[in-house]
Amino acid sequence: MYPARFRYEAPRSLDEALALLAEHGDEAKVLAGGQSLIPMVKLRFASPELLVDINGVPGLGYHREAASGVLEIGALCRHVDLEFSDVLGDLRPTMAAAAPLIADPIVRNRGTLVGSLCHADPQGDWASVMLALDGEVVAESAAGRRTIPVSEFVTGPFQNALRPGELAVEARVPVPRGIPMGRYLKLERRVGDFATVGVAVAVETSDGAVTRAGIALTGVGANNIKAVEAERVLVGSTLDRATVAESARLAAEAARPRTDHRGSAAYKRHVVRTFVERALRPRPAVAA
Amino acid sequence: MNGREETGVLKRQVTITVNGEARTVELEPRVLLAHLLREGLGLTGTHIGCDTTSCGACTVLFDGSAVKSCTMLAVQADGHEVRTVEGLAQASELHPVQEGFKEEHGLQCGFCTPGMMMSAMALLERDPDPTEEEVRWALSGNLCRCTGYQNIVKAVLWAAAKLRPAGVPS
Repeated sequence: MYPARFRYEAPRSLDEALALLAEHGDEAKVLAGGQSLIPMVKLRFASPELLVDINGVPGLGYHREAASGVLEIGALCRHVDLEFSDVLGDLRPTMAAAAPLIADPIVRNRGTLVGSLCHADPQGDWASVMLALDGEVVAESAAGRRTIPVSEFVTGPFQNALRPGELAVEARVPVPRGIPMGRYLKLERRVGDFATVGVAVAVETSDGAVTRAGIALTGVGANNIKAVEAERVLVGSTLDRATVAESARLAAEAARPRTDHRGSAAYKRHVVRTFVERALRPRPAVAA
Repeated sequence: MNGREETGVLKRQVTITVNGEARTVELEPRVLLAHLLREGLGLTGTHIGCDTTSCGACTVLFDGSAVKSCTMLAVQADGHEVRTVEGLAQASELHPVQEGFKEEHGLQCGFCTPGMMMSAMALLERDPDPTEEEVRWALSGNLCRCTGYQNIVKAVLWAAAKLRPAGVPS
């Protein structure tokens, strides 16, 4: 399959990229990893007039912990970089769990986290992870920079909050305040498939009690869903069995699954509930 | 400027090192890397299977890492190195990865094989001594409809053993 014709620019600096985006506005589409965009243009779901390929822009491939402790992920940081990262470590367990589950190893060599957030596929995994972690996206344009919470960045299926002329240059994850614990659980029919159901859980505890809780769902709605009620009941708890069960019930209630070839709505809801319980009780007590 | 206007489309001249040889071609930006390799350069060892980023038949090495060449524009390879299955054998001697597929009967119809081999190459260059589990993980983006993968995994492990210094294929 060939894409429809487009013009192609490969800027060599961020300024040059931003100038191109400022000049061409919403006629231009940014090409980073291309693992969603290129299939879209091949299938002609998208026919941009201009592709601005940022792969030649230096200095965007990083992921690093800033002096403040905030995790910064550049627009060209590939999934594979996060899969084999020395930076995520024990502080970012939800991200470390999700990275090897993104698509398949070949796609992970090219695709980017920031691109995945921009693409805003309701079945994308990273948006759930970033919702659970209260992540943000940094948008830069010729006019300056602004920071947008992921909860506001994803505005609908395949829609984001970027304005014409803006480039998503970085994703940011706040500093964990307590002891972080988290998982990303994904049910897929085979490796590389989209999630039938994905659940991101990120909690922080201090003296055994939950100080912060994040839960977000993949593949069970028109967007990734932040399960706010399910998060709320966890805060202040010691993750006791009854509270976890209640949180899992509320998460399943927040899901808006549809019956399709991957399973029935009831089944997907059940999996959400099971995954939340499993993620919050990763090591069940073993009888002595 | 790099390019010229022709029927309203800007063609670009790109130079890509393919299997160690610099190739300069002029093409439209919408030409995919898989198309350039097969139709532009006649390297039909790279297969196009699903054409939708799922099957991995079109896998090549791009600057040493495995990519799906149906999901990259050929212009993106300008100034970069691409390695295809044709780049594996030296003169009349098969590469150990190819030999492994032969020895362990790692194929039936053979359609997925070039992609499997290129993913195996990327793995073995990164990790010369992978476990069976690591081989399966590394090949999980390549689909095979025939073999059930058993012999493919054996073939890659055979090649790993052969490639290791003083390795003795079991």
